[in-house]
Amino acid sequence: MKWFDYECPRTVEAAVGLLSAPGRKVRALAGGTDLLVQLRAGRREADLVVDIKEIRELNELRLDSTGLTIGAAVPCYRIYNDPAIARAYPGLIDAVSLIGGTQIQGRASLGGNLANAAPSADAVPVLIALGARCLMAGPAGARSLAVEDFCVAPGRNALAPGELLVSIHIAAPASGSGAAYLRFIPRNEMDIAVVGAGASVVLDGNVFAEARIALASVAPTPLFAAQAGDSLIGKPVGEASINAAAEIAKAAAKPITDMRGTAEYRRHLCGVMTRRALTRAIARAKETN
Amino acid sequence: MSAKAYSVIGTRPIRHDGADKVTGRALYGADFTAAGLLHGAILRSPHAHARIKRIDISRALAYPGVKAVITSADFPEAAERTVDMGEGDTPLSYARGNVLAIDKALYRGHAVAAVAAASLHVAEEAAALIEVEYEPLGCVLTAPEAMLETAPQLHEGKSNLASQFQHVLGDAAKGFAEADVVVEREFNTATVHQGYIEPHNATALWNNDGRVHIWCSTQGSFVVRDCTAIILDIPVSQVKVTPMEIGGGFGGKIPVYLEPVAALLSKKTGRPVKIVMTRKDCFEATGPTPGSFMRVKIGAMKDGRITAAQAYLAFEAGAYPGAMVGPAGMTVFAAYDIPNAVIDGFDVVVNKPSTAAYRAPGAPNAAFATESVIDELAQKLGIDPLEFRLKNAAKEGTRRVDGPKFRRIGCVEVLEAMKNHPHYSAPLGGPNRGRGVAIGFWFNVGLQSSATLNVNADGTVNLVEGSTDIGGTRTSIAMQAAEVLGIPVADVNPSVVDTDTVGFTAVTGGSRTTFATGWAAYEAAQDVVRQMKERAAKLWEIDATAVSFDAGVFTSGERKLTFKELADRLPATGGPIVGRATVNPPGVGGSFAGNIVDVEVDPETGKTSILRFTAVQDVGKAIHPSYVEGQIQGGSVQGIGWALNEEYYMGADGTMMNSSFLDYRMPTALDLPMIDTCIVEVANPGHPFGVRGVGEANIVPPTPAIANAIQRATGVRMTRLPMSPPAIMEALWRESSSQRSSGN
Ligand SMILES: Cc1cc2nc3c(=O)[nH]c(=O)nc-3n(C[C@H](O)[C@H](O)[C@H](O)COP(=O)(O)OP(=O)(O)OC[C@H]3O[C@@H](n4cnc5c(N)ncnc54)[C@H](O)[C@@H]3O)c2cc1C
Repeated sequence: MKWFDYECPRTVEAAVGLLSAPGRKVRALAGGTDLLVQLRAGRREADLVVDIKEIRELNELRLDSTGLTIGAAVPCYRIYNDPAIARAYPGLIDAVSLIGGTQIQGRASLGGNLANAAPSADAVPVLIALGARCLMAGPAGARSLAVEDFCVAPGRNALAPGELLVSIHIAAPASGSGAAYLRFIPRNEMDIAVVGAGASVVLDGNVFAEARIALASVAPTPLFAAQAGDSLIGKPVGEASINAAAEIAKAAAKPITDMRGTAEYRRHLCGVMTRRALTRAIARAKETN
Repeated sequence: MSAKAYSVIGTRPIRHDGADKVTGRALYGADFTAAGLLHGAILRSPHAHARIKRIDISRALAYPGVKAVITSADFPEAAERTVDMGEGDTPLSYARGNVLAIDKALYRGHAVAAVAAASLHVAEEAAALIEVEYEPLGCVLTAPEAMLETAPQLHEGKSNLASQFQHVLGDAAKGFAEADVVVEREFNTATVHQGYIEPHNATALWNNDGRVHIWCSTQGSFVVRDCTAIILDIPVSQVKVTPMEIGGGFGGKIPVYLEPVAALLSKKTGRPVKIVMTRKDCFEATGPTPGSFMRVKIGAMKDGRITAAQAYLAFEAGAYPGAMVGPAGMTVFAAYDIPNAVIDGFDVVVNKPSTAAYRAPGAPNAAFATESVIDELAQKLGIDPLEFRLKNAAKEGTRRVDGPKFRRIGCVEVLEAMKNHPHYSAPLGGPNRGRGVAIGFWFNVGLQSSATLNVNADGTVNLVEGSTDIGGTRTSIAMQAAEVLGIPVADVNPSVVDTDTVGFTAVTGGSRTTFATGWAAYEAAQDVVRQMKERAAKLWEIDATAVSFDAGVFTSGERKLTFKELADRLPATGGPIVGRATVNPPGVGGSFAGNIVDVEVDPETGKTSILRFTAVQDVGKAIHPSYVEGQIQGGSVQGIGWALNEEYYMGADGTMMNSSFLDYRMPTALDLPMIDTCIVEVANPGHPFGVRGVGEANIVPPTPAIANAIQRATGVRMTRLPMSPPAIMEALWRESSSQRSSGN
């Protein structure tokens, strides 16, 4: 690992200033559970590391009538330890409670999971399914972006130079809604999703009013399978509609063969995991009805 | 069975090194530091097979902070000869070449050059400045491919088939002709790594007087001493090895990798040099266990008697010969009394790291093949798989295919214990579940060990020994001395010392430490007793033969002295007492182990969950039952890893794609049920307390037991390790498409 400089700004403005330093390789540091590992292995380089954990907005965790605001540096454990959040967003809890183990969850943030832009990131599919938005600040001011548009390539995100992810916002859950995230891994812990599936549904009686499905590890970026979700709208809840949506998700996937599984196997799992995630989301939606 | 009553043996005292280990005070190799310490970094080959045409170290040498750079050209000149690196004869150029590549890089990660600098960062940056001109050559990664005439040749002028052997017993052709049912299958097993937690490390100081001092993590400090001396062409007396605490080895910490390199760097700089591997280095450049291709054929009569067996075993040695196919050939049919058999073994070099021992090396591969075929035969014959094994089980007097006859062994007792275990008759309790059984054998070894006991005035003794303690052996050895001396084990204070301070002691390996070093401690304690009897005799003014000793008390008629009382009187009766012993025991007892495993296979994902796992093993005599159970559980867990997920996932260019614990998937606590252990004690008549080695046999049966369970859960027989979820899913697809096409 090479030496780097370290700064720990207190404000978004100061962080943006540091991140915009001309001619330097600058990296934001939240929990560091991706970044430090990558720096040590020589997979990323940095001359300057900007620790963003002391910035107030990035540590905010607020549930109100508009929904949930999660500061980009909030570690996973704070999210699942909040009973009101856990009740309102069980699908999100699925994801934050399976990232790493207890130690990792004490540090790892949703912002880092998203900004790292891994196709396998576990929190991203459920954020997409929940229709979450990213709020960013940069030299040119603030803007927001749908989560499904945030990751652009493996390890690359939509942040412009000098831009910082400030928070993630998820709308308040509609009545009759439910969400879930599931991943398939060969072990039961400490593994990277071979395939992950996030699903969110809103039911009107026994009919899908809304549905969104997203997948991990089956494309260069987390995959929003919009057509799979859309196919459910207006259909009755049941095996036929769920299987049809799973088939569409399967067709949307563009998996590769690697040490974590063959393309054929991954495609097969897309169907299985989509079905299982939908089934769990539906069960939760029925509970809240 | 062992029935004798003991006062210390068979109890479960806390370990002597426990306080240091649980408080983090124990010093492991990477903890070692010294004034003026330099840090070493190694440049490794990015190619799996390449000629090294030129190495230019000038930019690295010029880098600020760099103190020395070495390549294989820095080995002192020595004529080619064969040397014994602990596992038989090897050309010196191979022994050296695996430490720093000579002329050719033979696997990706092969060490090519090394740098010493004041900081690790500087050393790493400088290593990257070394310019190596490679001529990449085609690589070959499996034994069957490497045996083809068209395969790239690793060692010039030498076949990739480094050696082969054949064992024959009876007339196999006649035996197969007599059989009513014959099953023949082909099997493949992946290269797997021991996966010890602590990476390899070494610090060396080449002192001004020419003596080399090494601090490292090893299974055998004398092996490190001897191998380093051979590689550096200096007398063994010039090398002193201080073993630090060791964070696991499983066979992988027997060879030397870093020690000679650190020593050469120290010679150049005059300062101690420390090198620590990364996890990636451990995977890419230390010895895993061989991947293998095997064909096994067994025939049996309707009544369940095996008439003949045949095995073809081709093992990947890695870059240099020595694939442990020998022990595979000796164990492949060892559990059975087979009248007619042929075993062919092939040791084949490939462009992977040079393989090393791994817990019962060779035996788990072989057992996967044999025990799968045995299971299929039992199914075809409609005989219970344990009854089938019992019918053919090896016993005292059974001749193994490779020649030797078994002495007293516990194969039948292990099978009986499995049959009688409540697990074997418990309901499976759900769909997609299956139960499998398998057994396995490992020889264990004896080899040389030394120990001394110094009697203290307060009635305690200091035990000095040379077996590095991986599994609690300080205590299991001390217990044997305590038993003889009739004192509590807490009164024995064991130390594992450097190679200048204790007599030669072979590796902590081959399940030998409690057996052989324990025996040395037993003999040293007998020596203490003999000398103390003389002191009592002196005090009582009688002949030493008139003094008897039992349960820690010296007596003659009415006169009594406890061990402690007499210890206090040594100064007045002639001075200190040192008991000593060296042993090279012949009476090694082989060990059998068996598993009963319940699995559930998810038919949609192919993922196997281990629901229940019972491990039975004949241990001769459990000196410290908790450590025996720990060994049984540890071997079982490693076997489960081989079975389900562990493999070197190789790219076509010979790059290991999963060289991290994230992607090299060893089982975690969440992947395992409690491993239920069942200790069987068939005393080894060759050891004073009946000890057999316990460390290895337990890794032999898990892979076939799990394969047999998966077969019963899914109907598909897996013949390739690991039986990972995608592999099982693909087998299920093949099965269902073949059923469709055959119209079922
Ligand atoms: C042992 C272990 C287990 C793991 N298990 C899982 C798992 O099961 N599932 C999973 O998905 N991941 C897993 N990870 C990966 C990692 O923990 C997660 O991706 C985590 O959410 C990253 O968050 P972080 O706060 O640590 O990010 P960091 O490492 O701090 O940052 C990650 C990247 O995002 C950038 N970044 C961070 N915050 C911002 C910001 N606000 N604005 C702009 N850029 C930013 C950083 O510069 C860096 O490039 C694991 C990691 C480890 C070490």
